[in-house]
Amino acid sequence: MRIFSYSILLFLFWLLLSGHFEPLLLGLGLASVALTIFLVHRMEVVDHESYPLHLSKQLPKFIVYLFKEILLSNIDVVKRVLSPRRPSISPKLFEVPLPQKSILGQVIYANSITLTPGTVSIQLTENKILVHALSKEAADALADGSMAKQIPDKVVKS
Amino acid sequence: MLAIDLLSWFCLISGGLLGTIGAIGMHRFPDFYTRQHAAGVTDVLSAFLILLGLGLQAGLTLAAFKLLLIFMFLYFTSPGASHAVANAAMHAGLKPMADKQD
Repeated sequence: MRIFSYSILLFLFWLLLSGHFEPLLLGLGLASVALTIFLVHRMEVVDHESYPLHLSKQLPKFIVYLFKEILLSNIDVVKRVLSPRRPSISPKLFEVPLPQKSILGQVIYANSITLTPGTVSIQLTENKILVHALSKEAADALADGSMAKQIPDKVVKS
Repeated sequence: MLAIDLLSWFCLISGGLLGTIGAIGMHRFPDFYTRQHAAGVTDVLSAFLILLGLGLQAGLTLAAFKLLLIFMFLYFTSPGASHAVANAAMHAGLKPMADKQD
């Protein structure tokens, strides 16, 4: 199932990159997709981490949420950069717990923290992330764990 | 068409402004870690707005799809790069500036 949808995705990707619809070129594209599928199947690289189909239901909501967060935190950082005389910052180094069960969920969480300006994830340990925040407000917003709840996280038995 | 042009120009100009503000922030902020936050502004939203503005100019074409791909690559790789740089600084023993109020 995963390989099947992956091959369709690959072919669509090939079509959109080439933009050619002649039978010969379509055939060549199909052949290269088939070869790629054969190779990735043998290498066993298409698994629940590299191609997380099981998260696709939670994904649209998360993308909208993350984009809103990025927008709001960008506005906040821009205000701090442009504040007259001295930048109004209160840098802080602190740890947030990692409630995600799957490794993929933990990585998504750490990446989301870094993507929102004002907070950067510095170190991942077993169950904590070390985070540097630009301001006390950004640190508090992260520490209350509202973002952690939004992260798509599902454990897959492989 | 005028509406799309206006929207596209709005995106391009605000994206360019955000990039400039990020650069200003990199000079105004005091230490490495805080400067990284300023760079984060140019990383995602500024790049996104510029690419969106260009995409609106391109319309529904293959070029627009390629712009979308550029955005996706940036979106997935830039947090990894930021994290790697911050992690390396921490490993090298660079201490973040402590807040005086706390």
